[in-house]
Amino acid sequence: MHFVLKIWRQAGPRTKGYFQRFEINDITEDTSFLEMLDILNNNLVKQGIETVAFDHDCREGICGACGLFINGRPHGPDEGITTCQLYMRRFPDGSEITVEPWRSKAFPVIRDLMVDRRALDKILQAGGFISVNTGTAPEANTLPISMEKVQESMDASACIGCGACVATCKNGSAMLFVASRVSALSILPQGKPEACRRARAMVARMDGLGFGSCTNIGSCQMECPKNITVAHIARLNREFLYCKR
Amino acid sequence: MADILNAKIPEGTLDSKWTSHKESLGCVSPGNREKMHIIVVGTGLAGASAAAALGEQGYRVNVFCMGDSPRRAHSVSAQGGINAAKNYRNDNDSVYRLFLDTIKGGDFRSREANVYRLAQVSNQIIDHCVALGVPFARDYGGYLDNRSFGGSLVSRTFYARGQTGQQLMLAACSALNRQMAKGTVTVHCRQQMMDLVVEKRRAKGIITRDMVSGKIDVFPAHAVVLATGGYGNVYFLSTNAMNSNGSALVQCWKKGAFFANPGFVQIHPTCIPVHGEHQSKLTLMSESLRNDGRIWVPQKREDALALREKKIRPSEIPEHERDYYLERRYPAYGNLVPRDIASRAARERCEAGLGVSKTGWAVFLDFSFAIARQGKKVIEDKYGNLFQMYEKITGENPWKEPMQIYPAMHYTMGGLWVDYNLMTTIDGLFAIGEANFSDHGANRLGASALMQGLADGFFILPYTLPGFLADKTGEPCPDPSADAFLRARSEVCRRIERLMSMKGRIPVDHFHRKLGVLMWNHAGIVRSAEGLKETIPQIDALETSFRQGAGIPGNSFTVNQELEKAIHLEDYFILAKLIVTDALYREESCGSHFRTESKTEEGEALRDDKHFQHVAAWQYNSQEKDHLLHKEQLVFENIPVTERKYK
Ligand SMILES: Cc1cc2nc3c(=O)[nH]c(=O)nc-3n(C[C@H](O)[C@H](O)[C@H](O)COP(=O)(O)OP(=O)(O)OC[C@H]3O[C@@H](n4cnc5c(N)ncnc54)[C@H](O)[C@@H]3O)c2cc1C
Ligand code: FES
Repeated sequence: MHFVLKIWRQAGPRTKGYFQRFEINDITEDTSFLEMLDILNNNLVKQGIETVAFDHDCREGICGACGLFINGRPHGPDEGITTCQLYMRRFPDGSEITVEPWRSKAFPVIRDLMVDRRALDKILQAGGFISVNTGTAPEANTLPISMEKVQESMDASACIGCGACVATCKNGSAMLFVASRVSALSILPQGKPEACRRARAMVARMDGLGFGSCTNIGSCQMECPKNITVAHIARLNREFLYCKR
Repeated sequence: MADILNAKIPEGTLDSKWTSHKESLGCVSPGNREKMHIIVVGTGLAGASAAAALGEQGYRVNVFCMGDSPRRAHSVSAQGGINAAKNYRNDNDSVYRLFLDTIKGGDFRSREANVYRLAQVSNQIIDHCVALGVPFARDYGGYLDNRSFGGSLVSRTFYARGQTGQQLMLAACSALNRQMAKGTVTVHCRQQMMDLVVEKRRAKGIITRDMVSGKIDVFPAHAVVLATGGYGNVYFLSTNAMNSNGSALVQCWKKGAFFANPGFVQIHPTCIPVHGEHQSKLTLMSESLRNDGRIWVPQKREDALALREKKIRPSEIPEHERDYYLERRYPAYGNLVPRDIASRAARERCEAGLGVSKTGWAVFLDFSFAIARQGKKVIEDKYGNLFQMYEKITGENPWKEPMQIYPAMHYTMGGLWVDYNLMTTIDGLFAIGEANFSDHGANRLGASALMQGLADGFFILPYTLPGFLADKTGEPCPDPSADAFLRARSEVCRRIERLMSMKGRIPVDHFHRKLGVLMWNHAGIVRSAEGLKETIPQIDALETSFRQGAGIPGNSFTVNQELEKAIHLEDYFILAKLIVTDALYREESCGSHFRTESKTEEGEALRDDKHFQHVAAWQYNSQEKDHLLHKEQLVFENIPVTERKYK
């Protein structure tokens, strides 16, 4: 297969970026998108040109490190996958592919396709945990939890923190990310005691870090590689309202 | 020699050792803890849990990770589950049985006292993880559910769908985040440890490289904890994450920490087979699939050939013409034999010409029986995401035809030698998780790595490390402008300059891929003296051509991923030779280490307890060869040393 790539290049956070055009040939269908970029980068090394920087680690769709805007969509054209799970068989032979980094005020570009997502961790530090010291927990089965509750918590907890929801949101809101964490913990009895504090603190931190606010558009749900739904945002809003009382 | 390798195993009966040892360990008073600085490198389950637990106690902890967030560390990709001796199934599990299975699974090449302690603390891990909010699977009554894993006759594995590692990682990182909010722990992201600073055989701190600015920094501490995971990526293609690497281990080895059993590497039987030459990694299909999937190849070579050419479909091969070779050869454990046995058997069938993929290197993992018996819904609930993953990667539908699988490099049992306190041969340098060698012997059982990482991090190190610090509360934190730091720092700078000045145009990957093929062929599933002997000169030659031919465009003062690869590859060359040296030295077959010269008449592994019932701990020699071997004899007082039987 043959492709024309338009890739965003940017030397650093404060320099101006531009699109660079590359042609790439002899790509087989079972090459993953990131492997295609590996091949491109190896070709660049052979020409002594600086390689395209991009984040990746597990290449299995679970660490959340990878995240590229491909043809205008986070993680590319497929539903329910991350960039590393995208395969070239998904693109028509000869097509042009535009590759950009996440674009959001809260995620400054570090270099090329690599962005700084530390703001997400800062939100978690505001309260995305259950305050229990190591060694103090009771025997695990003393607290039965219904299967449905655990499933629901697990659905929310599947968030890999890739930031696609933020990148796709026209407001640059991290609401789905925050909601998934709040929801995952607050559904469980262990997470109840801090539920109010957690919801408030995390939303406040999100606002403080330059993320936008949620206007219920729902594109985050469309683009989430883990199919996390906006129902969790509704739950977050509920938690939030309860604490105001 | 004995005095150099003192494992410091406490006296007393097996089940009282840990308790009495804890009682004998010193403590640091709460008021003094904030004056004690600890460095933790790596934020996998081991590193994250250790940093959080030490932070909770009030120590000042600096944590380093290569990713943009600690949560992305390699542990996140573990799928199947985590073991504990809860006996929730009432199937006669116990601390002793978990201990027994682990020792036996490791083929009598691990330390009794350490393994027993691991089994003892396993239950507490589950308690704590539930308290942290891990949504482990439960049954209708709301109680925790279990599944089985290879090498065990009981059901003791806890799981959260196919994302157990991720859920545990979120929990450990939430504990870490809580400490960050409190100010006890500081996490430094996108920072790679480049060297260990040692003075008078004591660890004093580390040198780091900022992967964004290229800045080389020094960080002093009272103690350093290495939690940088395994070195499976020496083999280029592996199930490990791309950022997993062996560099920190090599740096510590060069500075005097002994490296134990480097040749014990685990090859996982159920991975998606290699398909193309540009492939960057291999994907694991969780071992839990072997609970319900049956492994087979056709009995006839013609059928295998027809399958390869896609002339027939697997389902067209009638029952009686299939060979369920694991069930046939190992009736007691069947498809759940330990990993090394399953891997060798798959290789043996494919070598015999019965492989089923287009390359001939794959076997079937078939769910049709399980789907027929339990219904699609049940199977979907258990493995839905794995089936989806398989389909995405291969473009084939596993609901219709069996999966194709083949073994792949997965985990490293070898690692830095540590004593009972998890301290290496360098004072003040601790190694936890996959980075140490301690618990899995010559082969690790499924779902035991997560258990070990969290045991080390949550429940062992937070006792033994303070024990080390107890008499050092008067010591100030080392001075980062001291000679040892400056020297180590300038060495790192010189190394980077040297790499950047390579003038070739060949990408680093090219050499790494070649190294991987060499290692897979000669130090993989099966090893022979002849093959191993040939390998070292070949690695040397490859290294020479790397230095002459490789090139790194750009500079080192910004993100430069080619430079990062080159740093790792330099260290992989060293590790590869160490693996080969150790594999060549160990003239026996045990666990994952299979030497063609040492097998029974039936072709099973043949251990040589008389000569090799010991840990081989290698001391670095700056000549880069003739590394010094130290032996730690393994004593089994509580388990009869038997032949490992899974028939
Ligand atoms: C696909 C897969 C599935 C698995 N499934 C299971 C399972 O179901 N059950 C089970 O028990 N085990 C499983 N394992 C094994 C288990 O995941 C690992 O052994 C375990 O997570 C290792 O944890 P760790 O904390 O020791 O190290 P890791 O999680 O590997 O973390 C080490 C971290 O240190 C970082 N690092 C390395 N060098 C440096 C440096 N120089 N400076 C800074 N940072 C550095 C690395 O990037 C890495 O993120 C699986 C492994 C794989 C590959
Ligand atoms: S690289 Fe880990 S999710 Fe893509």
